[in-house]
Amino acid sequence: MASDDSRLRVRKESGVIRAEFVDRNILDEANIQAITDELLALVVNEPRPKLLISFSNVDHLSSAALGALITIHNKMKGLSGQLRLADIDPQIYEVFEITKLNKLFQIHETSDEAADSFA
Amino acid sequence: MSAPKTHDAISLTNDPQQVRAAREEFAGAIEHFGFPREAAFAVMLAFDEAVANGLKYGAAQQPGGAIDLSWSVQKDRVRIVVDDHGPGFDPDNIPDCTLPENIEKACGRGVMLMRAYMTSVEFNDKGNKVTLVYERN
Repeated sequence: MASDDSRLRVRKESGVIRAEFVDRNILDEANIQAITDELLALVVNEPRPKLLISFSNVDHLSSAALGALITIHNKMKGLSGQLRLADIDPQIYEVFEITKLNKLFQIHETSDEAADSFA
Repeated sequence: MSAPKTHDAISLTNDPQQVRAAREEFAGAIEHFGFPREAAFAVMLAFDEAVANGLKYGAAQQPGGAIDLSWSVQKDRVRIVVDDHGPGFDPDNIPDCTLPENIEKACGRGVMLMRAYMTSVEFNDKGNKVTLVYERN
């Protein structure tokens, strides 16, 4: 599902697209744009897509990465899809709290919990 | 192995490799002084946001544009200065991206995060140069 130069590891399981970041730092604008395009391409042709993004490898992310997640959230809403985030390091979760994006996104402690939460 | 730099002053273009190298130099100094994980996270985040903002809103507005980045790290204090030479902006007039009407907008969070994590964040009058200070308790 992903190309060789993908910044994501992707698999589909029980109707859920599970995407995991490869990089520890999600900072670079060009990289973030490529990740956004790749995630959008995964869901755009799916009827009511279910997308789970795991942050298990991520140590740092920038506000541009938060912006990309909002773009994906908005696209998923337009597709009547469901988006879940999981495996977020407590320090990165604090970034979501400061920006109040923890209220916008459905965030779960683990990927398995997030997968179980899809309607 | 030589000791890491504890200060630097460079001109930086929007070249990911160059930005990564500058980040690694700075991270090396933070590690050298044994900043705890939470403090290291805070100053790295502020560094990343200041550099990204400078490159995006300042340097990118001019052909061949670059930012001037300088930083110094001591055992109890970090100082980062980014001068982007761009048109500048009014940092006191940024929409509050935590308000319900703005929460789904994909911008406006970089300055908020710098302010949340650093001891002080000061812009010059033009709004194209930011000085960030972190004081370790």
